Amino acid sequence: MNDMRIVERTVSTDTAKMTARRAQVYYGDNHALKDVDVDILDKTVTAFIGPSGCGKSTFLRCLNRMNDTVASARVMGEIKLDGEDIYDKRVDPVVLRAKIGMVFQKPNPFPKSIYENVAYGPRIHGLARGKAELDAIVETSLKKAALWNEVKDRLDAPGTGLSGGQQQRLCIARAIATSPEVLLMDEPCSALDPIATAQVEELIDELRSQFSVVIVTHSMQQAARVSQRTAFFHLGHLVEYGETGQIFTNPKDPRTESYITGRIG
Amino acid sequence: MTDASLNPAAPKSLLTADARTRNRRAAEMRFRMIGLSAVLLGLVALVFLMVSILGNGVGAFRQTFVEIPVMLDPAALDKSGNRDVEQMKKVTTVGYGKLIEKALGAELVARNIDTQGLTSKDIMGLMSKEAPADLRNQVLANPDLLGQTITFNGFATSRVDGFFKGRVTMDSALRDSNISPEQLTVAQAMADAGLIEVKFNLSFLTAPDASELRPEAAGLGVAILGSAYMMLIVLALSLPIGVASSIYLEELAPKNKWTDMIEVNIANLAAVPAIVYGILALALFINFAGLPQSAPIVGGLVLTLMTLPTIIIATRAALKAVPPSIRDAALGVGASRMQAIFHHVLPLAMPGILTGTILGLARALGESAPLLLIGMVAFVKDYPAAPPEGLMQPATALPVQVYQWTQRSDPAFVERASGAIIVLLVFLLIMNAVAIILRRRFERRW
Repeated sequence: MNDMRIVERTVSTDTAKMTARRAQVYYGDNHALKDVDVDILDKTVTAFIGPSGCGKSTFLRCLNRMNDTVASARVMGEIKLDGEDIYDKRVDPVVLRAKIGMVFQKPNPFPKSIYENVAYGPRIHGLARGKAELDAIVETSLKKAALWNEVKDRLDAPGTGLSGGQQQRLCIARAIATSPEVLLMDEPCSALDPIATAQVEELIDELRSQFSVVIVTHSMQQAARVSQRTAFFHLGHLVEYGETGQIFTNPKDPRTESYITGRIG
Repeated sequence: MTDASLNPAAPKSLLTADARTRNRRAAEMRFRMIGLSAVLLGLVALVFLMVSILGNGVGAFRQTFVEIPVMLDPAALDKSGNRDVEQMKKVTTVGYGKLIEKALGAELVARNIDTQGLTSKDIMGLMSKEAPADLRNQVLANPDLLGQTITFNGFATSRVDGFFKGRVTMDSALRDSNISPEQLTVAQAMADAGLIEVKFNLSFLTAPDASELRPEAAGLGVAILGSAYMMLIVLALSLPIGVASSIYLEELAPKNKWTDMIEVNIANLAAVPAIVYGILALALFINFAGLPQSAPIVGGLVLTLMTLPTIIIATRAALKAVPPSIRDAALGVGASRMQAIFHHVLPLAMPGILTGTILGLARALGESAPLLLIGMVAFVKDYPAAPPEGLMQPATALPVQVYQWTQRSDPAFVERASGAIIVLLVFLLIMNAVAIILRRRFERRW
């Protein structure tokens, strides 16, 4: 297994980690997402941009089946992870979500200690044998999330007592503690100040070496800064998807151009 | 003024209030006053209630005792002479009564107390009818006392007790067939000699109920025990059932018309009069299931039914108050639904659940109506055994005991009913305090 991943990494970054074909989402009678075809590449940051209500968060939540928790939501079409349909009846969403981590808009640490926040995922998935291994996972996750130096002396302090930016990095640490293959981020910086945002953005760029990261953002500057690929959603349609540079400098669709120049949205 | 009305745009000073402002301020002031007077009225009513209950009831915790030396004559109490308890039981309370009567007469003579020409039977009338039974129980429990002279502490009759607490006066004794002014004069002389004393009465909390004729001996022991047994049953049944059904309804159940209907029904059940639950329990638990009447198990079951809606509503509110982001966070790291609920949502909802449960229990503790219908209003003299057998044996409950005592004619029972209310209120206060402490303890911020 490990060998294959090393080979994959060296061969190309153009391998599609996740593919969506003709993905549709209905909330009751409301057709929220229409015919979305996207290939999410491995070890790449993919940004979803678009005006509010365009379906980008909806699509993101389809990728780890968080929409299952919404009673009225129906997902159709095909979404695959490594060639396997994640909406297949045999797929347990719990196992899927361990592979596809998620970071939410508002920092939502558990009202427990910093250590417990990070250790929770590995613990319920049985990833660590014994306290020493768990400690190691917590430490590496916090280091990857660039939080270790700030909290290493107070791992028993409540996670809710951290500042907003630290809380969000704690949530990222929690998400990567289960060693996911894809990390979904739903507007992770919208509740943060510019300094914390910069820290998280820097972090996203580092995480790219290990996972493919999908980030939903309202800020086009942020999309341009952190992503390699960008998808523009509008009114439930995927309007345009391509290299970030190309989307921002030379959009093919007039709607994309209007949005990034500020005329719609 | 006319200028101002002609020219509405005329600049007004901020320092002078116009008519509109004055009206608004007056309306605000009126509203504040109405609210304040409502609160004050409530406080006055509460103070009045507390003063009246405490004024009436505190006396129940103190009782008038007659303290005399009694020579336990073996010739009279153990005719066989071999200290066999079974043989000694043949001597009834009448025999012990005579002994006390003799001792009382002798003590009055020894203390030079003028008996006002009363017969020794009249003097004995100062003692409770419970006193001989009390002495008999003491002797039967410890036959070695025979032949000794012990200091016997017996209840005075409720009229004498009332005299020392101010309930009975010389005037009222004139019209009372149970007591005469002469008897009270003797009682006063005995009190001056230290033979009669008003003391703290532990047996009010421990003794069982007593008959109509001896209010001084009546206690809350069986009622407290019965209430405690019922609360145990209510807690053991309603907390797990209530929390489990709330979790199902709130977190797992699909939202359709069936769950809507269940929800509406639970809300309605919380408003059903308590006595209706009593009819249900009578039909279901006693007539159909054949459980014994007057038993704490039936009382506990009916109170469980009554408490469940309260607990379910409180628990669902507590679960709803947990921010959805916590559920998302747990699901996002790959926790299952059950893991998200039991590891994260439930601990956060715990303060609300516990508060709701304890308040539901407190309501159940004070409930009497359904218990009347299942026979817990019976006169019960024997303590129920320890659980589990005790759950099937007759008992009463605190609120029912209050109800029963207020029904009785002797004014001494009014005092005892108020005393029982005080005990009930103390239990309720303790439960509410526990609810507050638990809420503080488990409360977490996020």
